[in-house]
Amino acid sequence: MSDATIQFPSKTGSEIGESFAVKLVLIAIAVAFLAAVLLLPLVVVFMEGFRKGAENFFAAFSDPDTLSAVRLTLLVAAIAVPFNIVFGLAASWAIAKFNFKGKNLLLTLIDLPFSISPVISGLVFILLFSAHGWFGPWLKANNVEIIFATPGIVLATVFVTFPFVARELIPLMQSQGTTEEEAALTLGASGWYTFFYVTLPNIRWALLYGVLLCNARAMGEFGAVSVVSGHIRGLTNTMPLQIEILYNEYNFTAAFAVASLLAGLALVTLVIKSLLEWRYASELAASRRH
Amino acid sequence: MTFSLLRRRLTLGIASLAVAASVGITPALADRTLLNVSYDPTRELYKAYNELFATYWKEKTGETVTIQQSHGGSGKQARAVIDGLDADVVTLALGGDIDQIAKATKKFPEDWAKRLPHNSSPYTSTIVFLVHKGNPKGIKDWGDLVKEGVQVITPNPKTSGGARWNYLAAWAWAQKNLGGDEAKTKQYIADLFQHVPVLDTGARGSTTTFAQRGVGDVLLSWENEAFLVQQEFGADKFDIVIPSLSIRAEPPVTVVDANAKAKGNEDLAKAYLEYLYTPAAQKVIAKNFYRPSDESAADAEDLARFPKLELVSIDADFGGWAETQKKHFADGGVFDEIYKPTN
Repeated sequence: MSDATIQFPSKTGSEIGESFAVKLVLIAIAVAFLAAVLLLPLVVVFMEGFRKGAENFFAAFSDPDTLSAVRLTLLVAAIAVPFNIVFGLAASWAIAKFNFKGKNLLLTLIDLPFSISPVISGLVFILLFSAHGWFGPWLKANNVEIIFATPGIVLATVFVTFPFVARELIPLMQSQGTTEEEAALTLGASGWYTFFYVTLPNIRWALLYGVLLCNARAMGEFGAVSVVSGHIRGLTNTMPLQIEILYNEYNFTAAFAVASLLAGLALVTLVIKSLLEWRYASELAASRRH
Repeated sequence: MTFSLLRRRLTLGIASLAVAASVGITPALADRTLLNVSYDPTRELYKAYNELFATYWKEKTGETVTIQQSHGGSGKQARAVIDGLDADVVTLALGGDIDQIAKATKKFPEDWAKRLPHNSSPYTSTIVFLVHKGNPKGIKDWGDLVKEGVQVITPNPKTSGGARWNYLAAWAWAQKNLGGDEAKTKQYIADLFQHVPVLDTGARGSTTTFAQRGVGDVLLSWENEAFLVQQEFGADKFDIVIPSLSIRAEPPVTVVDANAKAKGNEDLAKAYLEYLYTPAAQKVIAKNFYRPSDESAADAEDLARFPKLELVSIDADFGGWAETQKKHFADGGVFDEIYKPTN
């Protein structure tokens, strides 16, 4: 959930009557659970990657197939994330600020990728674009490659990551209502001006959070991408697929080296988020008052 | 402030997009690219062979050729080629899968197997048992697999070519040793699959289940895969057990004519497969634990690895793939009849 949406009034344990011991036990349970379920597996990935020394760790990235997988993953994220920012903004804007028929249907559609398995998301594109699919013959005749090529991987990723931005923004925008925009428009601001100077500042933390989640999933998606990839080495393997290949080839060090990089990319986005939150703490506090 | 921040981020985004795009679409340095769609355990073999072939082709024609590989369960890979994966050549685990592609796509003739020597199989292999060091469960032959408390690891015959060879080898042994009685043979196969705790989709998945995750007492495995496991994990961890009877597994190769033609790769694809039969290639094949069809150039130490054992064949003993596929593995076939998941 976004930091901007839920804000409980601050209460300490003593005020609601819990003893110090209870508090301590609860914290200990939470920390132990996080350490066992989140931290430990992450540490193991890095340890496994560095088991045979830093030299072997970095040697994993001299393999052209691995480099191509890294490039493809960055390319796919670089297309899918901006796409989902634009469409996520448009969709949540439409849903939160306007009333129209079929609004609930649109909401349900946005949630669709969350509720169906990624394998099915991949198979949908096979049904549409494969040689015997609906558009297959036309694509073939016009020499357009979608399935088993980069466009298919991008499409599958966009599909799977679609809800992240919209789902972060919709509840916030709904709770904020339309009064500020109405005020801006009444004072003579243009639509774009209102968007950039009134709406965007109000939602930017939720937007940032949505973008980070969207990006992490775009880089990490396995199931849907695996179905449409065709697994051509050095061409259509993304990082998650390359990790599986390396693991299956008994190349454990390289597999975990690439896994470390993938985990590292996710950690970097989290660090950026924390840094931004720290840097703009005062603004964040201000936006929370909405 | 916000506006400039957004603009900055936008510019950054576009810049990174441009960088990613420019590195993503690197101009083709190689003159031509060939896509070989293969099955699971050939990863190491084709890695070595592709280097050999590229060198040979460069010397012969001066052209630099890049060979791309795709690996997966044989049935799954055939499905991908049917769905439009642009393979110039397919090198799959069994003829049945290539038949399916020919039938569904009409991209090459249905009598493709006659186009190259040895039924288009430049190398063969067989099915052996891989057990833990010292063979703690005392597994010697197919009959021991259905003993109380033995867990057998094999992939799913519906998706894996290796698994179909496993199944047929077991069938052949049972027929011979149970007096040729089909009902008893079926009962044996049913018993055997009752001892299988997990069915992976491909041979490599089963190998990792057994060797890496330590599940099961015996892995029914391609001979080449069993040798590879010994090499990767050390000979002190696993023993290979040779059963009294097994099957000659013939993994065939063919050019997907229509795809190769569309890419202007016809001559290259044909040469790529024909070169597999040359002594130089056969030597590499033997080194990667496949039984060469021509032993003349192979190293003696590589050949010494392959034990002599009684082998049945798909054509002589099962009447070919079309019939076998229909009887055993098609929907409603014998496998569906006898296989009930244990849990």
